[in-house]
Amino acid sequence: MDLYEYQGKQFFASYDIPVSPGEAVTTVDDAVAAAERIGYPVVVKAQVQVGGRGKAGGIKLAASADEVRTHAGNILGMDIKGHTVETVWIELASDIAEEYYASFTLDRSAKKHLGMLSAQGGVEIEAVAETDPDAIAKIWIDPVDGLTEDMARKWVQDAKLNPDATDGAVDILVKLYRAYTEGDADLTEINPLILKPTGEVHALDAKVTLDGNSVFRHPDYEQYEATQVRDEREQAAHDKGLQYVGLEGSVGVIANGAGLAMSTVDIVNQVGGKPANFLDIGGGANADVMAGALEVISNDPEVKSIFINIFGGITKGDEVANGIITAMGRVQIDVPIVIRLDGTNADEGRALLQPHLSDKLQMASTMVEAAETAVALATA
Amino acid sequence: MAIFVDETTKVVYQGLTGSQGRFYGLLNRDYGTQVVAGTNPKKAGTDVDGIPVYASVGEAVEATGATASCIFIPAPGVKDAVMEAAEGGVTFIVAITEGVPAHDEAWFFNKLKRDFPQVRLLGPNCPGIISPGKANIGITAGHIAKRPVEGRNNVGIVSRSGTLTYQALYELKLNDIGVTTCVGIGGDPVPGTSFIDCLEAFEADPVTDAVMMFGEIGGSAEEEAAAFIAEKMSKPVVSYIAGVTAPAGKKMGHAGAIVSGGKGTAAAKMDALQAAGVRVGRNPTEASQLMVDVVNELAG
Repeated sequence: MDLYEYQGKQFFASYDIPVSPGEAVTTVDDAVAAAERIGYPVVVKAQVQVGGRGKAGGIKLAASADEVRTHAGNILGMDIKGHTVETVWIELASDIAEEYYASFTLDRSAKKHLGMLSAQGGVEIEAVAETDPDAIAKIWIDPVDGLTEDMARKWVQDAKLNPDATDGAVDILVKLYRAYTEGDADLTEINPLILKPTGEVHALDAKVTLDGNSVFRHPDYEQYEATQVRDEREQAAHDKGLQYVGLEGSVGVIANGAGLAMSTVDIVNQVGGKPANFLDIGGGANADVMAGALEVISNDPEVKSIFINIFGGITKGDEVANGIITAMGRVQIDVPIVIRLDGTNADEGRALLQPHLSDKLQMASTMVEAAETAVALATA
Repeated sequence: MAIFVDETTKVVYQGLTGSQGRFYGLLNRDYGTQVVAGTNPKKAGTDVDGIPVYASVGEAVEATGATASCIFIPAPGVKDAVMEAAEGGVTFIVAITEGVPAHDEAWFFNKLKRDFPQVRLLGPNCPGIISPGKANIGITAGHIAKRPVEGRNNVGIVSRSGTLTYQALYELKLNDIGVTTCVGIGGDPVPGTSFIDCLEAFEADPVTDAVMMFGEIGGSAEEEAAAFIAEKMSKPVVSYIAGVTAPAGKKMGHAGAIVSGGKGTAAAKMDALQAAGVRVGRNPTEASQLMVDVVNELAG
């Protein structure tokens, strides 16, 4: 789950990481009222889950109520790389002496947590990694040991931050690691982490990705679930508990298992088609799940044919076939369907489907053949 | 022979009394696996279809001599279940459960490595392991796997994806190729057992003649496997990577299957494998055909 900046800052604040006082608002009037409470100057910041909002004009300094009104009016509703701005974050502007970068994430290769710290902040860290990799001080942390203050102090020295920033940075890094681990985050990133002329260190931005698998021990994360950015199709699938990713093509894809679904999307491409989606219905493939999947896909106006790719393991082919037949009776589908059914009891399953076959419901014996048929139907 | 598990492996099922644990535990027993015990602190002293239930893995090991455990505990309990199994004395742990938080996985991976170096963990979020004809631990349908055939060339399988594992087993069976062991390492960010662990074991296994490796987008495990193959493997490897067309930044079902920051793409993985001498198929069927070629070439 990706958090908006304002959510990330509230998340940081709950771990005592210093952030600027601010408020999230959705109207111009509320923006002005918030600024009046916070005090001037304020920064008006577009809340979108995409980089480059500053360049797009989504971050503006305002010294008065009139300026807040103008900027909030321009930014609310603005389109930034396909994301519409619905919320702005109004925060007290900070004086900046220096800008740093700090983050924690999992290094899947080392199977340890990776901390990155750089005296070159405020720019894309990928760019720093390209041009000046030595400017990023890395630390690998064993999850069993965690990050101690001594480790953090040495790390800050390795990163060559301004000595004035050392104590403040150590304090924030230890807290940021706590937020990362106790908060079950996939990523906690501060860019920029700033040193103020007064010597304080402070998180000026917040990028946080939380692990959706951890919601059982963080019931408050439900609130972030509600603000996830999904297109209409993804939202509908999510509501039905389906693993769905929207793509741009015309062949709807349903498969059981993430790997097989990925593979199905690939094969549609290989034979010259364009998949409309990735959809994994999991192991069960019963009538309810299949009906839900068909509903989501047939509501996508771009879909011109549907490719159902099922491999029966423990779930038997005849059960899957019955599920498909029942589901098709429940959902109105106007585009042709191609089914490839293999694995356990595939013959029994195919026999059950046989009497239902028509131009609208075809069967193929291999993945490649099914993909070719589905693509031909989509482009016909 | 086989890798990691065979007919001598005695397995305790953590969560045997739950619906999933019972269903697969009994299926695994029917297959021939030595399912010797289950655990549930509240139901110790009872049994599941004749399989005795103990309060803990430690007690089960003491009473039955179990050497492996299979975890069907819901995600919130997996961290404790893994540690209970290691402390209880088993040396092979199969965690089937999906949805385990990444921080738990990173923690118990490192904890096991440090305090229980003799213990191998497979998973979490994996279909398990099957050595056809010998043992099946997990959720794979046993009958889609062909037993290894003496005097012929047999194949080992390692895969990140469950259904693609089944697809691989099934296609090899259709082509009359026997499988020594099929390991599903799972699609999570911190798998207990890696591709390299399996490749190393297959290389050392005298009855495995070639290896089929199914990977997917995300992380760099396939690239690391490619480096291992180039340096250490004498046996031929055939591969397939799922997710060629996955868009960056979108998780494709598995927690680990994501292309981020331009890393973890299928193309990069396929290139690395090909450079290591691996034959790479564009889809599971093509990979199986490549394996048929390999087996025929080995047979001369």
